[in-house]
Amino acid sequence: MTETSPLIKIRDVHFSRGSKLIFDGVNMDIQRGKVTAIMGPSGTGKTTLLKLIGGQLRPSAGFIEVDGENVHRLRRKQLYLLRKKMGMLFQSGALLTDITVFDNVAFPLREHTNLPESMIRHLVLMKLHAVGLRGARDLMPAELSGGMARRVALARAIALDPMMIMYDEPFTGQDPISMGVLVQLIRLLNDALGLSSIVVSHDVKETCAIADYVYLVSGGKIVEHGSPAQLAESDSEWSQQFMQGMADGPVPFHYAAKEYAKDLLGLEA
Amino acid sequence: MLSYFQRLGATSLGMFERLGRGSVFFVNILLSIPSVIVRPRLLIAQIYFVGVLSFSLIVISGLFVGMVIALQGFYTLSDFGAEGMLGVMVAASLIRELGPVVSALLFAGRAGSALTAEIGLMKATEQLSGMEMMAVDPVARIMAPRFLAGLISMPILATLFSAVGVMGGYFIGVGLLGIDEGGYWSQMQAKIDFSQDVVNGLIKSVIFGWVVTWIAVFEGHDAIPTSEGVSRATTRTVVHSAFAILLLDFILTALMFGDI
Ligand SMILES: Nc1ncnc2c1ncn2[C@@H]1O[C@H](COP(=O)(O)OP(=O)(O)O)[C@@H](O)[C@H]1O
Ligand SMILES: [Mg+2]
Repeated sequence: MTETSPLIKIRDVHFSRGSKLIFDGVNMDIQRGKVTAIMGPSGTGKTTLLKLIGGQLRPSAGFIEVDGENVHRLRRKQLYLLRKKMGMLFQSGALLTDITVFDNVAFPLREHTNLPESMIRHLVLMKLHAVGLRGARDLMPAELSGGMARRVALARAIALDPMMIMYDEPFTGQDPISMGVLVQLIRLLNDALGLSSIVVSHDVKETCAIADYVYLVSGGKIVEHGSPAQLAESDSEWSQQFMQGMADGPVPFHYAAKEYAKDLLGLEA
Repeated sequence: MLSYFQRLGATSLGMFERLGRGSVFFVNILLSIPSVIVRPRLLIAQIYFVGVLSFSLIVISGLFVGMVIALQGFYTLSDFGAEGMLGVMVAASLIRELGPVVSALLFAGRAGSALTAEIGLMKATEQLSGMEMMAVDPVARIMAPRFLAGLISMPILATLFSAVGVMGGYFIGVGLLGIDEGGYWSQMQAKIDFSQDVVNGLIKSVIFGWVVTWIAVFEGHDAIPTSEGVSRATTRTVVHSAFAILLLDFILTALMFGDI
């Protein structure tokens, strides 16, 4: 477990939902201090992968090591200790809707520390300041725009000074300005706080602008990986299709179906 | 024919599976109760939401139920010249049956449905997942305080229901129908037995509180995380609670009062 060993090691991970195979032997290394992007079409299991890393789901084969510990071998107490070091930003923000922005950011501090209230206030304002929302502390989550909600969730995710943050589609559904803000914030926080970041996304341009390394996932496997520059130059049809957003390619445009003509005529395939 | 048996089998398997999951969930709640007791603030907030906010509903319903029993009872009893027993009749039916049962039914509709909807929506909006990833156990932080609050509130609400009902009976019997005030109270005191009536009524309300809150919290936790899933879970809470209350009431009554 030296400083150069990867923070997260994913080896030959298999996972299914019911009879549907979602991962069929995934291998990945997430390096310390870097922003690693995981990209792929919707429904390939990107969120599932983050939940596997966080120990909320269990792979049917293979293993995942975070900071040298096999996540799925840990006892509950140790898993919770590990999770305190892992921030996760859910797609929706997942803020607690019945308490204010301030209390949301204070939540993990109050749950896990015995700090006096004055100290908590200090820390919360610091975290909110880092995401530019110190002035929004008294708002309720319902009063926030989508972009602001994600920034509050980000402030909450860094409240316990984690070693890493996982972002689930942070850019989806954002206007161009909030998008720009989030892109900047992810890179800035990663470097300023010495974090490691995983960004799950299908926004190619934004993600490549801040990622140090990219994994392309499709059909339950890693189909390509490399730095954004390497992928842009790669002539594999996977990266061509995904990086340039072509409708058809190795990821078919059509969901598996009978032959079109037969289908229209109502014939059995 | 075969498919009928298949469906029957599948349905009962599904039922047993839910029952199993519900039991495991219940054990998890029990295990996290100590963590609630060391942080009473969460529990007090929930007692407020689950219990205190049901007060007005319980008081108004109890009053009317007591008044109706007095009206109906008076006409039956006066046929036998036994109007003096009105107080006993009102108190016995409230303390033994209607207090625990009706207040539990109201509680299921008022607080149980709210609990399921709240927890189901927290699940649908990833708040529970988010909590888990912050290393906070949602069962200990969210479910256990709500369960305990229901358990504590139910007997208090049922007692309140009965007390207000007895007052309602008093207004009708003594105030409107003119039976003797002293008789209303003294017959009640003489005939209502503490261990036979009051304690048994309380035991019923504790058991109803346990069942309703367990169903409500479990349905929320187990809801399919979509708007439709949460709405179905909320309906199930009310329907299953009502069934459970009435069935258990029959069983408990047979056990408690069966041999008198
Ligand atoms: N709770 C669940 N139950 C059953 N299937 C699920 C559940 N969550 C996700 N899935 C399925 O798993 C697949 C991967 O989902 P997800 O990880 O959310 O994809 P992505 O985040 O890449 O869009 C999808 O096909 C989805 O339908
Ligand atoms: Mg997703």
